[in-house]
Amino acid sequence: MASHTMTESEEPTRRDFLFIASGAFAAVGGAAALWPLIDQMNPDASSKALASLEVDLRPVREGQAITVMWRGKPVFIRNRTGEEIEAARAVDLNDLPDPIARNANLPEDAPATDENRARDKAHERWLVVIGICTHLGCIPKGQRVGDARGDYGGWFCPCHGSHYDTAGRIRKGPAPRNLDVPPYQFVSDTKIKIG
Amino acid sequence: MFNKIKSHGAMTASAFLGVALAMLLAVSSAAPVRAGGESPETPRRDWSFSGILGKYDRAQLRRGFQVYKEVCSSCHGLRLLHYRNLAEPGGPQLSEAEVKAIAAEVEVEDGPNDEGEMFTRPGKPSDRFKSPYKNPQEARAANNGALPPDLSVIAKARGATVHLPWYLEPVKWVREVAAGYQEGGADYLYALLTGYEDVPQWVQKPDGRWERLAKGESSDKAKECVSITRSASGKEKCVPLGDGMNYNIAFPGHQIAMPPPLSDELVEYTDGSPQTVAQYAEDVTAFLMWAAEPKLEQRKRLGIQVLVYLAILAALLYLTKRKLWSRLEH
Amino acid sequence: MAHESTYQPNTAIERWLDDRLPIVRIMHDQFQTFPTPRNLNYWWTFGGILTFCLAVQLITGIVLAMHYIPSDKLAFDSVEHIMRDVNWGWLLRYTHAVGASMFFFAAYVHMFRGLYYGSYKAPREILWILGVLIILVMIATAFMGYSLVWGQMSFWAVTVITNLFSSLDSIISGLGTAIVQWIWGGYSVSGATLTRLFSLHYLFPFVIAGLVVLHIWALHVPGNNNPTGIEVKSSSDAIPFHPYYTVKDAYALALFAMLFAWFVFYAPNYLGHPDNYIPANPLQTPPHIVPEWYFLPFYAILRAIPSKLMGVTAMFAAIFVLFLAPWLDTSKVRSTKYRPIYKWFFWLFVITCLALGYLGAKPPEGWYLVFARVFTFLYFAHFLIIMPIVGVIERPRGMPGSITEAVLGRGRTGGGAGAEAGGAAAAGPETR
Repeated sequence: MASHTMTESEEPTRRDFLFIASGAFAAVGGAAALWPLIDQMNPDASSKALASLEVDLRPVREGQAITVMWRGKPVFIRNRTGEEIEAARAVDLNDLPDPIARNANLPEDAPATDENRARDKAHERWLVVIGICTHLGCIPKGQRVGDARGDYGGWFCPCHGSHYDTAGRIRKGPAPRNLDVPPYQFVSDTKIKIG
Repeated sequence: MFNKIKSHGAMTASAFLGVALAMLLAVSSAAPVRAGGESPETPRRDWSFSGILGKYDRAQLRRGFQVYKEVCSSCHGLRLLHYRNLAEPGGPQLSEAEVKAIAAEVEVEDGPNDEGEMFTRPGKPSDRFKSPYKNPQEARAANNGALPPDLSVIAKARGATVHLPWYLEPVKWVREVAAGYQEGGADYLYALLTGYEDVPQWVQKPDGRWERLAKGESSDKAKECVSITRSASGKEKCVPLGDGMNYNIAFPGHQIAMPPPLSDELVEYTDGSPQTVAQYAEDVTAFLMWAAEPKLEQRKRLGIQVLVYLAILAALLYLTKRKLWSRLEH
Repeated sequence: MAHESTYQPNTAIERWLDDRLPIVRIMHDQFQTFPTPRNLNYWWTFGGILTFCLAVQLITGIVLAMHYIPSDKLAFDSVEHIMRDVNWGWLLRYTHAVGASMFFFAAYVHMFRGLYYGSYKAPREILWILGVLIILVMIATAFMGYSLVWGQMSFWAVTVITNLFSSLDSIISGLGTAIVQWIWGGYSVSGATLTRLFSLHYLFPFVIAGLVVLHIWALHVPGNNNPTGIEVKSSSDAIPFHPYYTVKDAYALALFAMLFAWFVFYAPNYLGHPDNYIPANPLQTPPHIVPEWYFLPFYAILRAIPSKLMGVTAMFAAIFVLFLAPWLDTSKVRSTKYRPIYKWFFWLFVITCLALGYLGAKPPEGWYLVFARVFTFLYFAHFLIIMPIVGVIERPRGMPGSITEAVLGRGRTGGGAGAEAGGAAAAGPETR
């Protein structure tokens, strides 16, 4: 470009202005055109509209757990024993690596008490969590009879050794957060609707 | 092989098996076609969704959906649509509650459940529109062998017929592109829905040629012919209306298996719109256009923005170019 | 016009890179200071436009492939899923579909420009041949892309076009059938056919991109032809590519983009056929099988000839004859501007191509067929008879001595201040 300035010293401002204006205008348009190309990878309308799921709890006896699929993710539903509930309640909140309830049905800053992890008082036996380790997305063990349940009797993630307690809270290991509680409600005493 | 496809096709195939069969009989021995055999020109209509600023008329889409639901849906599916679409922007925009209620009216098969059994449950907004028949075979069985086509994209799968001398065709192309004409399917659907008529009367002259009687004229020798075909030897033949078929002026070949679906006062409108065949046809056509092209409003809106942007960009670049090149003598 | 490099690496990093991979130097020499004839008109902007079209098709295509399902059961529905549910899916799909038409439109303009100004003649034969190869691969790519929708037109177009190869049966019995079944992966067009069409439709655009690189390389060895057809002789004949032609091309591209956008937003289905919104049905052929508009001239040639094998041969020959153009044209003069007789034949050839396009959409019967045969004859006659003969008998018009003279008029060949400005702006001394 250096060679041009010699012969084009007249009106450099107008030409430069036009150059910059067209260049900038084209750049803005180019950037805007990128958005559809990026946004097309976001979940589409049909995924967003995925239906809610109703689960019949009757077959799940005390101490047992089932796994259901919701939005392509495993959801753990555990019918907890009295002992397990007590163990979960006995924990001091200050001992928890993650003191937040992570319950989609509660305010974002609700503390991670056992009461805040289960849905309500009447159904405190039932713990419903998304069965995906908050570390790197493996599915923790502990659903089947005979599975290792980790040091705190909840779930144990074999990938990197995260231990969850009987309220699905992280207690030990690399996972940063408690297992998420999905949005759900009791339609009747023996039926829940997730989503 | 091209010639073969072509000459069989000149009478046009259709989604209706009955017509196809009748056609095969008619065409196998005879080449088309004399007055009355060709499709008439499709009249153009002004639609709220034509042109650069075109938009759907919400009230019309709702009425059209009502017509679809109460009339068409007994035979025709909309399998590419979901009930949730009815609430989406740019469409009929029914409320979430209305959509839930509409979806819940149908029983949807789901499963398997924990026992491994399929079960039925009320529909949800995320479900696809339930088709009236499980499969094409059932549809044919219920309709005398004719297959009622799915209507999801029918408004884009049909086109308008235009007859023009060859030298005017380029003019037509330019005009249609300049106008953004994309409503050929809608024009055709409206013409079809309002195109049921009595079969025309024809009289055979002593020289073997057939002549159409004007409306109101009558003759005891008159015969009902949907069209007249001429064989290679020049002999003309009257094509009678097939069994279970209906005469429709807009349908290629004029024989359609679908009986007239609309009649005055058939659907009860609550917004005071006229309850006539013409109004029903227009409303349901608009609804089907939306079903085929649900993003039309979004598209047309973005189009203006993009074109304005490009016009400014072109102007800026033109000025830049002129300024730059003015340094050169030329 | 391999000119001396004028690239000056300014920083240590640039010098370091330049010693190892002189990519910045190449970009600088080939796309910035590259000496370009100063008299290129707007017909020359279509090269840049075509690059843009290829980029648009590649980008939208890669994105669409993220959502499209190449299965005979799901293809049609997945396209509708893109149109209805995928974020901006309707925009991506319409851009890709209209983009194919725009690509061909620009390519045809580019080709006619090359024919008019004699850009295929020595020393640009390889450049021209590469261009013909590009259009060949484009035709294959577009055809396969159209099939992916798996509508009625898709399905029957594949059926009809793949059946062309069965004409080989008349040479060696069974050969054609064997080839067709090999293409189909079965005894009819089926899901197996669709998946291979998809695979190749994804591959071929990258082949085009590779050919385009060669095409530009072959362009940058002799340099651009220009409306006079006279080679660049002195520094006043040429100006640097940037900014003169980058800005001119950008302006033309913006106008082209407006046409493109008009179709995408206001007539997205106008260039398509309604029948392709009917899902493929192997039991029923549509009444009129019509290819996309850009194939119509070739389709007209195919149908104009009564014998199946000869029809197919003629259709392929219509493209292959282009390869021979540099040697069929006997004229010493490049630009049709200075060829009083050939000028008429050139426009006759344009009319021939348009007429074949029109006839390709009409049923091959009656007068349509007669005219299709007349124009098919004219098409081949243009290359095989007119080009060789006219070049010999024609007396060209007087030509200017140089590009500069053509631009500035006679008697000013010495160059005024303006010519100096152009010369000064040029990358360096003449090095031819």
